Amino acid sequence: MGMHFKDDFTIVIAGQAGQGIESVATVLAHILKKHGYHVYVAKEVMSRVRGGMNSVSLRVNAERHNGFVERIDLFVPLDPGGYAHLEHRFSDETIFMGVEDPQNAERDVARINFLQIAHEVGHRIYANTVAAGAVLGLMDADREIATDYLRTFFARKGADVVEANIVALEKGFTIGAHTAYHEDITCAFHVDDDLKEHVFLSGSEAVGFGALAGGLDMISSYPMSPATGVLTFLAQNGKECGVLVEQATDEIGAINMTLGAVYAGARGMVTTSGGGFCLMMESVSLSGMTETPIVIHIAQRPGPATGLPTRTAQEDLNLVLYAGHGEFMRAIFAPGTPEEAYDLSAHALALSDKYQMPAFVLTDQHFVDALFCVPQSALQQKDTTKHFVKTSKEYKRYQLTDDGISPRGIPGYGTGLVMVDSDEHDEQGRITEDMDYLRPEMVAKRFFKRKQLLIDVALPPVLAGVKAYKILVISWGSNKPTVAEAVATCKKRGMAHAHFPQVFPLHKSVKALLKKAQKIVVVENNAQGQFADLLTRETGITIDKRITQYNGRPFSVEGLVEQFNKLK
Amino acid sequence: MIGSAQKQHEKSFAIPHGIDNQWCPGCGNFPILQTVKKALKDVAWTPEETVFVSGIGQAAKFPQYAGAHYFNGLHGRALPVATGIKAANPRLNVVVTSGDGDVYGEGGDHFIHTIRRNPNITVIVHDNMIYGLTKGQAAPTSEIGLVTPTQPQGVYDNPINPVALAISLDAPFVARANAGDPLQAQEIIRRAFEHKGFALVDIFQPCVVFNKTNTYQWFKEHTYTITPEHDASDQEQAFAIALQSEKFPLGVLYQHTRRPIFDDVVGTYDDDLRPLYERKRDFTIVDALLRARQ
Repeated sequence: MGMHFKDDFTIVIAGQAGQGIESVATVLAHILKKHGYHVYVAKEVMSRVRGGMNSVSLRVNAERHNGFVERIDLFVPLDPGGYAHLEHRFSDETIFMGVEDPQNAERDVARINFLQIAHEVGHRIYANTVAAGAVLGLMDADREIATDYLRTFFARKGADVVEANIVALEKGFTIGAHTAYHEDITCAFHVDDDLKEHVFLSGSEAVGFGALAGGLDMISSYPMSPATGVLTFLAQNGKECGVLVEQATDEIGAINMTLGAVYAGARGMVTTSGGGFCLMMESVSLSGMTETPIVIHIAQRPGPATGLPTRTAQEDLNLVLYAGHGEFMRAIFAPGTPEEAYDLSAHALALSDKYQMPAFVLTDQHFVDALFCVPQSALQQKDTTKHFVKTSKEYKRYQLTDDGISPRGIPGYGTGLVMVDSDEHDEQGRITEDMDYLRPEMVAKRFFKRKQLLIDVALPPVLAGVKAYKILVISWGSNKPTVAEAVATCKKRGMAHAHFPQVFPLHKSVKALLKKAQKIVVVENNAQGQFADLLTRETGITIDKRITQYNGRPFSVEGLVEQFNKLK
Repeated sequence: MIGSAQKQHEKSFAIPHGIDNQWCPGCGNFPILQTVKKALKDVAWTPEETVFVSGIGQAAKFPQYAGAHYFNGLHGRALPVATGIKAANPRLNVVVTSGDGDVYGEGGDHFIHTIRRNPNITVIVHDNMIYGLTKGQAAPTSEIGLVTPTQPQGVYDNPINPVALAISLDAPFVARANAGDPLQAQEIIRRAFEHKGFALVDIFQPCVVFNKTNTYQWFKEHTYTITPEHDASDQEQAFAIALQSEKFPLGVLYQHTRRPIFDDVVGTYDDDLRPLYERKRDFTIVDALLRARQ
């Protein structure tokens, strides 16, 4: 084959559900990071517990690129079904190392019988480590770094397991090194020593860590792919921080339990996906009416109904924008990177607390399931000041104020009574049907006044590329790194990229930003162009081109470059 | 309580003058309101440490007139809200006061699973066997054959038996009272307040406007008080009594302390007794968790 890889290399491992390709990816990612490589892992799985065909893509970089690429440089199938599953991503330069291709005997494959080697080591379970070893051998990795990592990784499982894994790794390593030698494959990376300060985080963990940093006290949720990762992370790590974590028996119970805790002074959040969120919607309205803060994390997947449970989409922007009956304000955030997810989760908690309304963090399957290498210095302490007051006897929960925000009391702190009501209410919180004075005042409070406050503190879009742009490419959410890379590498000149970490309400600068462009292109994972519609509605400016994808897969850098090159 | 403290307490749980009570004249909710206030006095709870939680319905307007903190939420959703309040601040006394349609119908799922979770809250369900606020449709407790505007041929769905259901789920305190017997009801509610864990009081009351069948007189004729010989700690015995429907048993049918309380097992208060609002995030712990991922 004769390949020489410099600075950017994509490894894809494919296997059935239950074969452990995710643990191969984890082991490889950590060991390669210890060599100074940035590693970004994207996962695609079928909605089943065993069988089927899944894959993980490890993008190994000298510099940090977290864009999703179609290209496969090294393909490692643990199961023969992997070939048919990923054929569309192979090129003439793809190296194959693993089981044989049953459909194509001509294919040049460095064959490895993982199972046979694993059985020689002692158990089929070691096939994973053989695969990891083969990749490391091919890349001429440092054996000591690799074996040290395995010792730590398997330490809890006992000395026998550690030793067996090291033997499995060695066996794989030898085969990989042999393949590299015979096929003339070399990897020469310029490495970055600073990676010791980087942490590995999944998208779910970035959201979860952000919530911890943001002073989260309580989460109650119901499991639903792909949003469960946040609940799992907090169940396993929250207790140390004093966070109350409770799995509810449905989404309605989850959000109401959380709202109860928030009423009593906790900072609360729920995590769900589109279908589960539909069940929560009446309580979003309850949050709006009672002015009880809450953060709702939604990891989107393709719908309608059950849809494609383990695939990715950005289809629920309209759902979140209009969720809940009646009129009240909300803020919607859409992180594009793990750092943004960390910052925005904390920010959503603080903002929702301060302005006493629901705030949303919109992610998607592609983002929450991916694994990122993040500089820890980017994950800083946050201001967790709680915005409630000590009450007096005269306290009124819904006191009318100039800016629409009433000081929020909580029961048991002070001598006042805290009365909240889902019915229209007076300043005390008691039911009223005063339609001449109180009703318009309360609507102004919940909607008009808050809208102004939220616009004033909205986050601006993040702009990259040429200053005097002709074409403005817009993204929101997890497409950020893929769009950024495609804008930077396509042949078109005069392009800039605006990424929106906050999609509602929009920052004041957005209209001018859009006006400056001769052509506006919005890239999003849905059929209608939901964010394009939102931009037109809010600014009056027409969107020239919508690049949409709704097949359940993320955009790729190559796919977008092709589309950008075709722009007129 | 003695002297001025007692006087003070009598004034508490009062509501300001001029609050318009939305219940119909003669409604069974009035004696329940007075009975609950008397039971609150018996246990010496103060308004500042007591939160009433309700859903939607005529009974769910109870907190408006109770003179304490309240969260009047959505139809059927009182129990998870109450669970969250108690979990965030176990120092608060949390009392759900809502109707049979709210708790057993729209909120039936929460009723089952809140009993499993066993938070230390009191749940008082006003059971009038009819929907009042929506004007006279069948409730999940309505008897077979009751004719209503939406069941013109008579109710054919079997009524729920909330006390038997709660006992089958091993709820640690299950009682039934009758608004027509306020002294007995006060004693039962006091015991529910004192019980540590989920306490259900299903309290019969007439709806004077929409239910002409299940009146004070009807409830008097169709109930009896269980004898002191009843062993309330025995689940099978309690269940057998709860199934009686010719004459409904009144009293504490089932009571035990065999199950752990949600606030005690959830782990949040193992090393720190402060309610969640008093806590501040220690970032060094978050930082250490992050560092472990390097």
